[in-house]
Amino acid sequence: MNRLRRLIVAVAVGWGLHALASYAEVPADPLGSPMWDHHAVGLFGKAPVSFDVRVNVRIPEIAENQRVFPVTVDARALKDAKRIVLLADLNPIPIAVDYTLHGAAPFLATRIKLDQRTPVRAAVQTSDGAWHVGGTWVDAAGGGCSAPPVSRVKGDWADHLGEVRGAAWPDIENDKVRLRMTFRHPMDTGLVENVPPYNIERLTVRDTAGKVLGEMDVFGSVAEDPAFTVVVDDHGGALTFVARDTAGLEFTGKAKP
Amino acid sequence: MMDRRQILRAGLLTPALLTPALALAEQFAGTYRPQAEQIAEGVWIVRGVDEPIAFANGGAIANSAILATEDGPVLFDPGVSREHGLALGAVALDLCGKPVARVYVSHLHPDHALGAAAFSPQIVHALPATRAELERDGNGFTDAMYRLLADWMKGTALVLPQGDLTEGDVIIGGRHIRLIALRGHSGGDLAILDQASGVLLAGDLVFNNRASSTPHADLAQWRLALDRLATTPHRLLVPGHGPLDRDGSAIAQTRDWIDWLEPALRQAVVQGMDMSEAGELPIPPRFAGMKAARYELQRSVSHLYPALEAELLPRL
Repeated sequence: MNRLRRLIVAVAVGWGLHALASYAEVPADPLGSPMWDHHAVGLFGKAPVSFDVRVNVRIPEIAENQRVFPVTVDARALKDAKRIVLLADLNPIPIAVDYTLHGAAPFLATRIKLDQRTPVRAAVQTSDGAWHVGGTWVDAAGGGCSAPPVSRVKGDWADHLGEVRGAAWPDIENDKVRLRMTFRHPMDTGLVENVPPYNIERLTVRDTAGKVLGEMDVFGSVAEDPAFTVVVDDHGGALTFVARDTAGLEFTGKAKP
Repeated sequence: MMDRRQILRAGLLTPALLTPALALAEQFAGTYRPQAEQIAEGVWIVRGVDEPIAFANGGAIANSAILATEDGPVLFDPGVSREHGLALGAVALDLCGKPVARVYVSHLHPDHALGAAAFSPQIVHALPATRAELERDGNGFTDAMYRLLADWMKGTALVLPQGDLTEGDVIIGGRHIRLIALRGHSGGDLAILDQASGVLLAGDLVFNNRASSTPHADLAQWRLALDRLATTPHRLLVPGHGPLDRDGSAIAQTRDWIDWLEPALRQAVVQGMDMSEAGELPIPPRFAGMKAARYELQRSVSHLYPALEAELLPRL
């Protein structure tokens, strides 16, 4: 009996220490988010993680509209970035964009929904596998993910679905091209009653030869009528992009700086 | 396994973890203490603080005005909450010796309109468009104000004004005033000219040394409304926010701000900026003394930018 009890205590202590050890691999969150450990384990696994001022998350000082909150991630101060994950810890759909870079600069501007006060962060992975995290708390009114999109309330979403606007500008200083892409799309989260999830789920940008420069997994927490701004290598000629939604529809565009 | 250093470090972290708990300790609302300043015979201004709505200021950011009449005081803009409206009513009673006889709500925004909850709906009046806009947005505003202001808002339920005002001259308790029906800052903007004193109550059509807000703005209509106010002879102007305008500069300053804002945002779209970048645009030095300029620029980006993109970015 005594031996059994000792065994149980030993197992419990061992488990506890193991749990502490696995937490210790993720640095303590400077934002004190209740969801940090959960997201960190899921996103980063065993890869090294640091909070890094070179990951600049540029946001307005007020969340004026919790359905359309602008975020710019600029990690161009990092060398060899290969992936950007944009997330809001306390959103029901925490990840908004997972952007894989192939010749695109670590820069992304878009707009997301906020379902409540939450940390908004970018995690940027460099080619050595390490993650660099930046971000801040944003105060927001509730319901950005669970209120119906404006075009659903107006009822005209289908009339404009997939309208694409955009343009490209030379970024001469850095020998790059800035590309802006906007789409009319309700970006339904599935959290509004009787409206199933329906969103753009993939966005791919190619150079004139068809080489992929960047590709994004896009989630329902990106704002209605989404807009994306990226910076890619300048290979001359036109850039093409294609967005695919969860119904398999494709929306394409072509822009030349 | 943790080594001793890690355990020590964990120990050192504990006070840091306690700090947010203290910061989140419950705060309680204070008491509204509106101060009236006489600006003409039988006319007082009650200044709001020139800040964004925040718990620390109880949302008392808009200016109000009190006009004495034989029937009792007229209150122009009753504040953000029931308690605020009651406090403004108490000031008016103290000044005039009679309870508030009539309340005017200049436009729908909560810092000007929700204090109507302190008064009988029969004496609260606004333009028809303002009543319609409050029917649409009033409950949403009330929710938003409870979230930001918590118990400052206690007892505040939406009181809709009578939407019965039209442009023209009226006499209340012997006082001759002109109601001026405009729009542009919102769908219905009421201005009032007090004939005897020449005081013009401009509501949020005019901001003075405090950046203009644009959540329901129609900038073309706003400019026309500013033309009307500029050509309405007056001696003093009470802006919706910011200090009393004694030298006639506030109308021009408000126009200057929106005339800078709109082309600046259009230019930002054409140059390829996204919203958060447009919110970081440099603000011209001539607006350096203007309160809440960056804050209102970023709000205006939120209000105006998506429509400008739809207009200016080429269809592909």
